[in-house]
This record gives sequence, C-alpha cells and structure tokens, in this order.
Amino acid sequence: MALQSLDVIRRSATSTSPPGQRQTQEVVKLIDISKCIGCKACQVACMEWNDTRDAIGINHGVLDNPPDLTENSWTVMRYAEVETNRGLEWLIRKDGCMHCAEPGCLKACPAPGAIVQYSNGIVDFQEKNCIGCGYCITGCPFNIPRLSKRDSKVYKCTLCSDRVAVGLEPACVKTCPTGAIVFGAKDDMLHHAEGRIVDLKSRGFADAGIYNPQGIGGTHVMYVLQYADKPEIYHSLPKNPSIGAMVGIWKDGAKPLASLLFGAGVIGAVLHYVTKGPNEVSEDIEKEFKDEKRP
Amino acid sequence: MKNDPKNLLRYTPSERGNHWLTALLVFLAGLSGLSFFEPLYYPLTLLFAGGVWTRILHPFFGVMTLISFAVMYAHFRQLNVMTHADWEWLRHVRELINSDDRNMPEAGKFNGGQKLMFWLMVACLALLLLSGIVIWRAYFSFLFPIGLVRFASVVHAASAAAMIGLILFHIYAGIWTRESIDAMLYGRVRRAWAKQHHPAWFREMSGGGK
Repeated sequence: MALQSLDVIRRSATSTSPPGQRQTQEVVKLIDISKCIGCKACQVACMEWNDTRDAIGINHGVLDNPPDLTENSWTVMRYAEVETNRGLEWLIRKDGCMHCAEPGCLKACPAPGAIVQYSNGIVDFQEKNCIGCGYCITGCPFNIPRLSKRDSKVYKCTLCSDRVAVGLEPACVKTCPTGAIVFGAKDDMLHHAEGRIVDLKSRGFADAGIYNPQGIGGTHVMYVLQYADKPEIYHSLPKNPSIGAMVGIWKDGAKPLASLLFGAGVIGAVLHYVTKGPNEVSEDIEKEFKDEKRP
Repeated sequence: MKNDPKNLLRYTPSERGNHWLTALLVFLAGLSGLSFFEPLYYPLTLLFAGGVWTRILHPFFGVMTLISFAVMYAHFRQLNVMTHADWEWLRHVRELINSDDRNMPEAGKFNGGQKLMFWLMVACLALLLLSGIVIWRAYFSFLFPIGLVRFASVVHAASAAAMIGLILFHIYAGIWTRESIDAMLYGRVRRAWAKQHHPAWFREMSGGGK
C-alpha cells in the first residue's frame, strides 16, 4: 500500500519512532465460525477488491480451494470434518492473517519498513521495501505470508487497510451473506462476541468462546469458536500461538550481543596495541641475523 | 627485496592466492550478511546494489567462500593437526599477549593459536553451510519444517557472529605480529622473523642450523 500513513506504531527493522502522530481506534474483524456456511464469497470478494487472481488448480478431494493460501489467495476457507459429542460436524474456518498485536513477521523482518503495524492494529506489508528473504514466514506463528514466484515479494491479507483507512469495512466483511464476519471497534467486537457466546452456550455449546490468543498480545482477527477449548480441531488452529523462543533468541538476544562482541573486540585490540605494542622480532635475534636487511 | 631468495618461503603463490580470494569472499559474505542481521548494518546493502540484490547475492557469496575455503582446508589440514606442544603453547598464550615470550614453547609452522583458529573457522563454516541451506528461502526452505528453519536462523546468526569475531581476531593478530601480513602478501619471511615466531619451523627450514 503506497498511501502515506500517519498512524504507524511499529515499523520493521527500525529503531526510531515511525510516523505515528495520528492515533486511530483499534479495530477487529470477528469471524463467527458457527454462522459460516462455507460459501467462499469472502474469498471471491478478497480477490475482487485486491485484484489478485489465482491460477485454476485441481480438485484435491475436499472443498478447500485453492488447497492453501497463496500470494494471490490471501484468505482460504478450511473445511474440517470433525467428530464431536454432537456427531459429525463440518467446521469451516476462514484462514488468513490474524493481525497479531505482537507480530512475529514484523519482528523477524530485516528490511526497514517492509512491514508496518498501524495504531488500528492492522499489520501491513509494504512490498516496495520487501527484499524477499522470507524471514517473515519464519517469524509467523500462523504460517500466513506467501512468497510470490513472480516478483519474490511476500503477500498476505491487508485487512483491507486501504478500505479501512477511508472508513469502509474489509471486502470479505462487506460480502459475507450470513453475517459470520463482522468488523468494527475492538471493544464493540468483543461485546458482540460475548453475546454470540451466550447464545451458543444456550444452544448446548458449553465450551463456546472467543479465540484471541494472548501469547502474541491478542489478535485483530478473532474467531468465535463452538469448541474454544480445542482450537486445533479447526484445521490446526494453534492453541497457544507464540512468536517462539528461537525467534526471540535470534532477534532479541543475538543482535545486541553480537554488536557488543564486535565493539568490545575492536576496542580491546586498539587498547592492546597501544599498551603492549607490536609483536616484533627481538633485538637479540636481529643481531644474530645482522646480514639480513630489516624492513 | 621482499622476495629475497635468502628469505624463507612460507606461503606459495597458490596458497596466497587462495587465502586472499577466501578473504575477499568472507568480506563479501560477511558484509552482505550483516545487513540482514541487524538494522544498524542495513546500509551495507548499498554496497551490493540494494536490499534485494544483497538478499540474492549473499547465499552465493557464502557458497563461493565455502568452495574457496575447502581448497584451503584440504591444503592446510595436515599442518594444523593439534599436538601436545600446541596445547602447551596455548596454555602460555596469556604471557605472549602480555609481550613476554621468554617461556613460550616453540611453535612450528603454525602455532597453537593459529591451529585453533583454523579449526574454529572450519566449525563455524560447517555450521554456516548447514544452517544456510535451511534458511535459503528461494530454493530450500520449503523443504524443511518451520521449527527447523527457526533453529537454523539462530545457528546461522550465532555462528556468523562467532566467525566475524574470529576474523577480527585473525586480522588483529596479523597486524600485531609485524611482518606476518607481508608473509601472506609476498610469500617469504626473514630468517630472523621465522626464528622469533616459529622457531621449530625455522630449524626445520634451515636444516637444524642456528
């Protein structure tokens, strides 16, 4: 997205403050899985609005089409057939970027400004700054970013940041025929979710709940799950997603430690040289070889 | 004359060429790699025509470094086998650093420190190669599970930092020990230099004389 934003709160590989004078309201896209009928209108709307088109693939035996997220398909319906205490159930999850409050992609990204986070919570890739290293894929707890084979840039759901910036809801929300996807201020969405959970519980879904994992500070895409105690049955939705210790060591530990090591090494070398002097051939040995020309 | 035939031949032209080619490649790989390691060093991408070119080139610099170093490894492996005397030399290294070489055990063509440096670099480069393949997104990363890619990212960063530390030390040791850079540039060293720094090698070269 090329529009200038004045509401950036995090910018990849940048240690000073990004332009963030404007404070905006935190937004959330709430996906109520109990209301989803799997029509894929959201997938179509996403491609329509963002002008992306996936290649026509093959049927691989289930309804997931395309079978995975791609650089052109930023959202994909995942169909899981699950045996629950109510019998066989079809749990359909709209997969895509969760817009984490503490984004692993942004933490891992080495290119200044290739990933930004707005104060409304949207995590947006700025492909013009992307160098195509794929570190965001390494950092993402949800396996979302996809590297394009055409231009070696990474793409994912923008939560329609361009629409949201001018007061519109994301395209998928606009098109959803059952109201399974709603969008609005975070507090309103949490309130709405509570109502949905009360309703689901009254219908016998005792474990209904919201999916807003705290290991990554919460997300700006949330789910209402009928079985919130078992998110993994929704096509492997991670139960406690986190950026992960390895990414933490890599990005928080190794960087300052190594710079410190290099700096200490250089200073140590200079101090050693000026205090101890160079390691030269001793005078005694030089006398032995008087015939040799000294440099 | 730098190449006075009275002086002792320490490095042949092909050894020197191999060394400086490796050094150049290590610099290219190191400077390009540093730019992804920490935003502070991102401006280094300007040396390689920008971030995207740096990302494309870095792994190839790495592979070329490996190939060049492999030649050096095959050539110098035997000369760098650690002996009892080398460990003894290392136990005295603190005295040498304090400019007191009176009790230093005699070093051969390479002293214990140089040999240890050689093996540490071998270890770092092996780790860099293995982890580098796993995180080479354009061709290989999709073959590996995400947990392994994350682990390899840490291994790559840590071994690269260690490698840069070793290189800095290597460069300083060359500056500190006068005339040793000349040895690698021109190949020959003065007999006095050899006797001072590598007495066992000196005796070997001069047939047990002086």
